[in-house]
Amino acid sequence: MKNDSQYISRFTAAERVNHWLVALSFILLALSGLVFFHPAFYPLNQLFGGGVWTRILHPLLGVLLMVSFGLMFVRFREFNRITATDKEWLRHAREMVAGDDRNMPEADKFNAGQKVLFWLLVACMVLLLLSGIVIWRAYFSFLFPLVVIRLASVIHAAAGAGMIALIMGHIYMSIWTKESTDAMLYGQVRRAWAKQHHAAWFRQITGGGK
Amino acid sequence: MALQSLDIKRRSATTTPPPGVRKTVELAKLIDISKCIGCKACQAACMEWNDLRDEVGTTTGVYDNPRDLNEKTWTLMRYAEVEPERGKLEWLIRKDGCMHCADPGCLKACPAPGAVIQYSNGIVDFHEENCIGCGYCVTGCPFNIPRLSREDSKVYKCTLCSDRVAAGLEPACVKTCPTGAILFGTKEDMLHHAAGRVTDLKSRGFAKAGIYDPQGVGGTHVLYVLQHADKPDLYCGLPSDPSIGPMVSLWKGAVKPLTSLAFGMIAAGAFFHYVIKGPNRVSEEIEKELEP
Repeated sequence: MKNDSQYISRFTAAERVNHWLVALSFILLALSGLVFFHPAFYPLNQLFGGGVWTRILHPLLGVLLMVSFGLMFVRFREFNRITATDKEWLRHAREMVAGDDRNMPEADKFNAGQKVLFWLLVACMVLLLLSGIVIWRAYFSFLFPLVVIRLASVIHAAAGAGMIALIMGHIYMSIWTKESTDAMLYGQVRRAWAKQHHAAWFRQITGGGK
Repeated sequence: MALQSLDIKRRSATTTPPPGVRKTVELAKLIDISKCIGCKACQAACMEWNDLRDEVGTTTGVYDNPRDLNEKTWTLMRYAEVEPERGKLEWLIRKDGCMHCADPGCLKACPAPGAVIQYSNGIVDFHEENCIGCGYCVTGCPFNIPRLSREDSKVYKCTLCSDRVAAGLEPACVKTCPTGAILFGTKEDMLHHAAGRVTDLKSRGFAKAGIYDPQGVGGTHVLYVLQHADKPDLYCGLPSDPSIGPMVSLWKGAVKPLTSLAFGMIAAGAFFHYVIKGPNRVSEEIEKELEP
């Protein structure tokens, strides 16, 4: 990646590694979790060495996700404070999706959609962690009464499905918004891209100039 | 064809019909608690036929031994000393084990295809070679019966001696019971016999005697004759109205296929959004403004 003035730095190497650790463990978790979700997805167990291995690996991958997402939470939570401008942004989000971004207020390092995604993911993670512990038969389930295990099973399936839907949206947004994957892959974005999509952040970085 | 079952009514985690060309008559085991003397011959016969030897446990001051069902003890005598009426002590001894529900919570909950099988004769059987050890059947069972082995992470429970029954024999516990408290036959016959027993018990002062065949799970293929059918709880916590329950139904009901469909809709929606609206690029205006 060129290092000339056309580019500005968006994510550090540590942030990128952190994000992709989260992404990798989530994809493996989603694929292995779907195995238990509905028979239509049961054949995915072959990716993990069979049904028994999928059952063994899924919670271990969960631990990896919780640690890596926990770190990412600490890194990014400051940038995800929802402001009055964000609420305005959300009111116009429909126009933006329809292809008209003239009325969009200037976005921070993360736009309001990304911030909402962040907090929804945090909520899902907390639910998945707590319910996941309860239904982890090998180590924890014997500590809980049956009603709690049943409730946790429902919560785990619902939160997992919700999170898959959120991440599908997240991935599509990165495909739809051209060059946004550059930020997470290489750390740098073009100045024009920054001004287009995150104008408030761009002004802050460049001190208002070009 | 090799040995195989052609009388399968339901198969876990399977959305197409299982091989069910052969229809068999519905069978049931009848446990008449009023005739049981608590000798544990059924427990011994079960371990003998199934060739299982549980650990020799320790006495905890009650007759129940082992203290609970486990992967090596598929049937267990439970002893309750109760006073249904003040000053009238009764020793109610219940042979606990799988009830072989018509609507089995274990089968509904199981995510592994073919790990739980229900035959048309009503027997609900675990096929451990397909079991992945997740314990969902334990979560789904309204009677708290399946046990997950710590050694091999497979679940085990009473098979109603499906192997013996397939060969035309009665279950081992039935064969051995010295008082005739356990009977085996068609469900129709067992209900008929049980009705006679209930009439007899009523004539002997057990006004609330009755048959335990809970309809919340569609009826069971293990039936009890209870002296106090109005209070099944007296019999070491036999549930009074067992059913699969709202949480397990929600967890395993129509929501999941609908959610799976929703995943597909999101993917299709995203794709067509891209095709219709095109990518979200940097505007030419900003490109010109920031040209290096």
